[in-house]
Amino acid sequence: MSSVSRFVAESRRRMADAHERATVLKATATYTSKVAETKASFLDWATGRRQLHQRKWEAIHRLDFHLETFERRATARGARVHWAEDAAQACEIILEICHRTGAQKAVKSKSMITEEIHLNAALEEHGIAVVESDLGEYIAQIRGEPPYHIVTPVMQLTKEEIAATFHEKLGAPRDATAEDLTKTARRVLREVFLAADVGVTGANFLVAETGMIAITENEGNARLVSTLPRVHIAVAGLEKVVPRLEDLAGFLPMLAVSGTGQQLTGYNTLLGGPRQQGETDGPEEMHVILLDNGRTRLLADAEQREALHCIRCGACLNVCPVFKGVGGFSYDTTYQGPIGSVITPHFRGLREWKHLSYASSLCGACSEVCPVHIDLHQHLLRNRRNAVDAGHVGAVEWIAFRFWAWAMRSPFAYELAARAGRIAQRLSRLLGVEGSLLDPARAWTARRAAPTLAPESFREWWRKRKASERKPS
Amino acid sequence: MRIALFIPCFIDQLYPKVGISVVRVLERLGHEVDFPEDQTCCGQPAFNSGHWDLARDTACSFLDAFAGAEAIVAPSGSCTAMVRNYYGELFRGHVREAEAAALAERSWEFGDFLHRKLGLTDVGARFPGKVTWHDACHGLRELGIREGPRKLLGAVRGLSFVEMQPSDECCGFGGTFSAKFPEISCRMGEAKARAIEESGAEYVASGDSSCLMQIAGILARRGSSAKIIHLAEILAST
Repeated sequence: MSSVSRFVAESRRRMADAHERATVLKATATYTSKVAETKASFLDWATGRRQLHQRKWEAIHRLDFHLETFERRATARGARVHWAEDAAQACEIILEICHRTGAQKAVKSKSMITEEIHLNAALEEHGIAVVESDLGEYIAQIRGEPPYHIVTPVMQLTKEEIAATFHEKLGAPRDATAEDLTKTARRVLREVFLAADVGVTGANFLVAETGMIAITENEGNARLVSTLPRVHIAVAGLEKVVPRLEDLAGFLPMLAVSGTGQQLTGYNTLLGGPRQQGETDGPEEMHVILLDNGRTRLLADAEQREALHCIRCGACLNVCPVFKGVGGFSYDTTYQGPIGSVITPHFRGLREWKHLSYASSLCGACSEVCPVHIDLHQHLLRNRRNAVDAGHVGAVEWIAFRFWAWAMRSPFAYELAARAGRIAQRLSRLLGVEGSLLDPARAWTARRAAPTLAPESFREWWRKRKASERKPS
Repeated sequence: MRIALFIPCFIDQLYPKVGISVVRVLERLGHEVDFPEDQTCCGQPAFNSGHWDLARDTACSFLDAFAGAEAIVAPSGSCTAMVRNYYGELFRGHVREAEAAALAERSWEFGDFLHRKLGLTDVGARFPGKVTWHDACHGLRELGIREGPRKLLGAVRGLSFVEMQPSDECCGFGGTFSAKFPEISCRMGEAKARAIEESGAEYVASGDSSCLMQIAGILARRGSSAKIIHLAEILAST
């Protein structure tokens, strides 16, 4: 089954799931009102967006310089920086570290990039047990499902469904309250934190100036993951680097607002290396893996490289009527929603993944909310153009548009086509074809009443009026 | 002012009354109205589907048809946005780039023209009816149209205005999207139809007949009593 057929089939299934739809709509509605409230406390959100855009632009346009600065500064404090070209190489590096340090148990904090490289599967294949410590990711893990949303891993589940999962997998009582569930997870995860040999995190930002990684979270689990085990491995995309520490003054609050409607996330941490001489906390080894995996390909595209500005806040998903309608699982990608639709063709190939760029009405709600001012819907459009230029579009559409272009070339051709259309519609209705399985316009008429081509068009009315005005009164 | 009318293809063929209403309103306000008969389309359908060469050919015909026009007014946010916001990209590096940019500056969406260009609120209209407003995406996000129509409708005698919740979520049309992904398109349309029904409005108005076509198609299948109407038709009513 091709990716587009899978997408259509899965989205059909998910759209029919009234319960999932209602749960997601409720979550996004809560998010929207919270965000509106918190944004109102900013003096000038619009300028903030432009500033963040500018800072990311600066970072991306000297990516090599900033990454090398980061590497130098991080290494100076004892962190080890690795450069991974692709997912396989990243997993190889991580497995090598685990093997060398004799690691058997891994604990993870929430990291979409580790989903991208399918790290958990690689670890388990090599006999290393891995447990997710972010509550949402933990729930997804014990259910055997991928994250539904880049920020809210189980947005589609109600408290009752989570309780049922905990009852089934952990023996928790069926009627557990939210507090009970949290306490259960905490109890289980405490053991995991203490027993883990290696902790794997992502990084929200890589600060070049100070050689530190920045992690924002609400649960505190990333702090435990990055400091309790002997070895800490942080995986981050190349595009996560920012030049200066003070850049975070803008990024951290705006990420928090756009991500969850908070003024600031609960825990904001800067990690500048493993345990230093004389310190009592921290891992013995700290590794930072810089991952390419298609990012330099996107970087090379001058028109679309701004998609690398993304700080993975999830706002575009939350306002997207397509995401809300079909749900995160329908995308079948690491990154869902508008940003996912924009970057996946660049990371995984245009031919197979262009359909996500077409599954959009280009309403622009995503571009409107993006805190780093990425013109997301315009990139969807450019993906479409690139798909056509690369010859990935079917013959039927190609011919249809050439016919359309012919019709639009002159008013004569246009009116000829219109007249033919009028006759065709009248015939179609007379013969009962409209709305039936034989209707060529079935994509419309299956679920919607069709508009009627007017007996007199505007231009015909205009010509008549002009003619009667010319007649002597 | 001498105004050149840009009547998009689907209004010309499906909703001519909208075009006629634009003429009535502008003439009532004392302006001279012309309809350059060489026009066909702004090129947006091809542009949005990624066929930019074909879109550019069509857009060149558009530039020819409207060459020298002082002000171009269209009862469509989506078509106006194409000309104002996207001709720049479409013609980048092209020999007619400057011409396209100049034309873009002189192009207006109908309601926006009345409100922002002419500075009007009351255009002498009367329309008894309970009306709700659909903020069409292009008009809203590409052209910044939100307050204008509400002010214009607020000045219509006999009209009772009610906001739907939400008013600014996409109706699901999206051009070829409505045919390529009809189920997702209809899902979005159904959500819009529900919002209209819940508002209790008799009419749903908008500045875009493409949205209204989608909404009407879905309202009809739902057996809803709410009717579609274009802003121009309301403002032409006396």
